[in-house]
Amino acid sequence: MSQTRKKLLVDPLVDNNPIALQVLGICSALAVTSSLKVSLVMALAVIAVTAFSSLFISILRNHIPNSIRIIVQMTIIASLVIVVDQILKAYAYEISKTLSVFVGLIITNCIVMGRAEAFAMNNSPVDSFFDGVGNGLGYGLLLMCVGFFRELFGAGSLFGVVILQPLSEGGWYIPNGLLLLPPSAFFIIGFLIWGLRSWKKSQVESPEYKIQTVEDH
Amino acid sequence: MSEPKKEGIFKSFKNLPIDSIPKTVLVAVVLCLFCSMVVSFAAVNLKSFQLANKVRDKQKNILQVAGLYYEGINVEQSFASFEPMVVDINEGLYSDKFNPQDFDDLSAANDPMLSEALIDDPASIGRRTNYATVYLLKNKDESVDKIILPIHGYGLWSTLYGFVALEEDGNEIYGLQFYQHAETPGLGGEVDNPKWRAQWAGKKVNNQDGEIMIQVAKIPGVSEHHIDALAGATLTSNGVHNLVRFWLGESGFNKFLVNFKNGTT
Repeated sequence: MSQTRKKLLVDPLVDNNPIALQVLGICSALAVTSSLKVSLVMALAVIAVTAFSSLFISILRNHIPNSIRIIVQMTIIASLVIVVDQILKAYAYEISKTLSVFVGLIITNCIVMGRAEAFAMNNSPVDSFFDGVGNGLGYGLLLMCVGFFRELFGAGSLFGVVILQPLSEGGWYIPNGLLLLPPSAFFIIGFLIWGLRSWKKSQVESPEYKIQTVEDH
Repeated sequence: MSEPKKEGIFKSFKNLPIDSIPKTVLVAVVLCLFCSMVVSFAAVNLKSFQLANKVRDKQKNILQVAGLYYEGINVEQSFASFEPMVVDINEGLYSDKFNPQDFDDLSAANDPMLSEALIDDPASIGRRTNYATVYLLKNKDESVDKIILPIHGYGLWSTLYGFVALEEDGNEIYGLQFYQHAETPGLGGEVDNPKWRAQWAGKKVNNQDGEIMIQVAKIPGVSEHHIDALAGATLTSNGVHNLVRFWLGESGFNKFLVNFKNGTT
């Protein structure tokens, strides 16, 4: 694999993570991360949708009239999302029930639209496909991190396997109910972004304005 | 001699300037046609799987609400111990007008011949079917162990569809379970939480005078009619409160349950 394609795949994982750096796709990250299994399926669904929507949009990019650009992208993304939703309903019924509306809401996930508009409209189909997979993976990675903390400390299990035996089932661990509620994902994402930016200083944004000190005045 | 000039229709459209109106219309039409074909192809081809999943899920939920489900159970086989019966809700009697195996009360609710529009409609369902399929769990000696009634009503975002299981006295609740809803995961979606559902066991629907008392509310204290509402999901809880009271009350299965208790069904 060429160096650029590898970069397209790996860059969005840490250096240009769609959630942590671009702060996109937060809404679904709050909603579906209460267990790892659900996070994983959601991540796979988003990877599939970003990858193929970028691919198809890139194939058509020289024939998409500028005036209906966004609508064309939306139509392609929406069709893919419906197909993914139908497949989940047929083959992973239980999980599709837990994900409920959030599969359908991939259509409005800024990451998908963002990659289509920013990358796929100007790059070759194969590059766009890799870019889509990479960004989906970046989204998925963060989703799994959040899901890991939420399921482990909220329910005492990972992928449904009991790790910390909860008190209610005869163990010792008192699950933290907050972690099962969506706000906890906000805190975890916040801490992850903090951690990531302390590690990679280049991700720290420069302040938009500075308060003048008295001496400067 | 005009032969070499002829270009295919496809090519002539392809060579149109990209932002011209014909090209824009063409791209929109072709894309929409193609996408709708892909979507309907997927929907039609996967439908049988989805329906089978739904039927199995419904049977599984009936088993669960009756406390018979465990991991790895053969759903179809265990479901055989249930006897489905069609009930005429207005009369409160069994009806033999329909085959209980394939009677669908949810589509009956849309049939003006088989349903009635509700004026007083706490569960926000618009129309109520006049006939519904109930499931009787039989003991070995053919006596009824539990009565499973279908219920549905509006929560916050969606209609919740589920079952309530009653003991053979028709008043004590054994369990309640929803098999389909689209409430917010983690908030209203907690109606699926086993811990919350466990509260329903042993609760009484009516008091001794036959008045409906069961309620879902955030009030302190414990009573045999009270279920603690879900935290952070007031509207879903209200929906459950209303729909349970509707289906177990006068406009629901109350008549049938009274007849059942008196043995006059």
